[in-house]
Amino acid sequence: MSEAHEASNVIDPEHQEHHIVGPGTYGIIFGTLLLFTLITVLAARVEMGVFNPIVALAIACFKAVIVILFFMHVKYQSRLIKMTVGAGFFTFLVLITMTLSDYISRAWGLW
Amino acid sequence: MDNAIATHPHTHETAVAAHHEHVVLPQHRHHFETEEQQREAGSFGMWLFLLTEIMFFGGMFFAYLLYRNWYNPAFVAASHQLSITLGAINTAVLITSGFFMALGVWAAEVRKKNLLVLFLVLTTIFGFIFLGIKTVEYREKFEHHHIPGANFDVSEFVNPAAHGLNEKPLAPDMAQKTQIFFFLYFAMTGMHALHMIIGLVLLFWLTWRAHRGEFSSGYVAPIENFGLYWHFVDIVWIFLFPLLYLINLGSR
Repeated sequence: MSEAHEASNVIDPEHQEHHIVGPGTYGIIFGTLLLFTLITVLAARVEMGVFNPIVALAIACFKAVIVILFFMHVKYQSRLIKMTVGAGFFTFLVLITMTLSDYISRAWGLW
Repeated sequence: MDNAIATHPHTHETAVAAHHEHVVLPQHRHHFETEEQQREAGSFGMWLFLLTEIMFFGGMFFAYLLYRNWYNPAFVAASHQLSITLGAINTAVLITSGFFMALGVWAAEVRKKNLLVLFLVLTTIFGFIFLGIKTVEYREKFEHHHIPGANFDVSEFVNPAAHGLNEKPLAPDMAQKTQIFFFLYFAMTGMHALHMIIGLVLLFWLTWRAHRGEFSSGYVAPIENFGLYWHFVDIVWIFLFPLLYLINLGSR
């Protein structure tokens, strides 16, 4: 193997020193996750009609986002990883939207 | 050298890369220029795998979304058969397990071997508590004949008053659709549980390696990437809990 390194890899600012997330941050996230678990149970008992599943999903999305950003370190990762994660969820949303639009439009006006 | 950023303007012409010292850690593969590059490549690969997992679970979430809208009364009635207390406790248990996993990654980063082993063991214990509570819940479904198939019993949904349930009775055809809810319930929580079982097997292996000191000398990648997997399993449950357990509680 070559002794010489590819310059752009060695000095690429994206490959800078690794960020270590400490127990304090994890503790705060842990507390927030437990708190929002309680909130989602309480919110489900409030009659909000069509907004019940929306609120439940919003809380679940918030919890998922803080898990991804902090427990999974995405907040401290390079732009490549951030783009990868974002692209994955975006593609998933596209698939949901396209499939749902098909199902909704098949029996148009009959419901 | 790594401090080339500080001493040279950032251009490819001026970077004196040949002076960069080799990382001598045994886990550093020679086809990676730096340890950070190797680490990022590993995380990138792990995330690509997790994205396929999102698509895999996503298919089931989509099926759930459609059927919940089509057979909403059946989904409401069937969902009320699940224990919110057990579901909420299990959510807290799994979050706790994920918390200890995150602490495990930190312990590996700061090279504290005994802490790392302790956190991995705690992660495993809470994982088993989750599966234990899940077993209790599954067992109850068997006792009530709420397993989709030939022995499925709709009587609790057609005539809830006779079973002491404060629910709106369903028409027989709609009551049959509760099978779809329970099918999705078992498919989704079952696949989630399978992921947990795979994770627990990996945890035993990682704990043993951590005990031998493999991850306390700067080599964190296996712990970190397993952490990503474990947190992904957490996230799936974070969505499963409100979707399966918390449907239309206000109407009770």
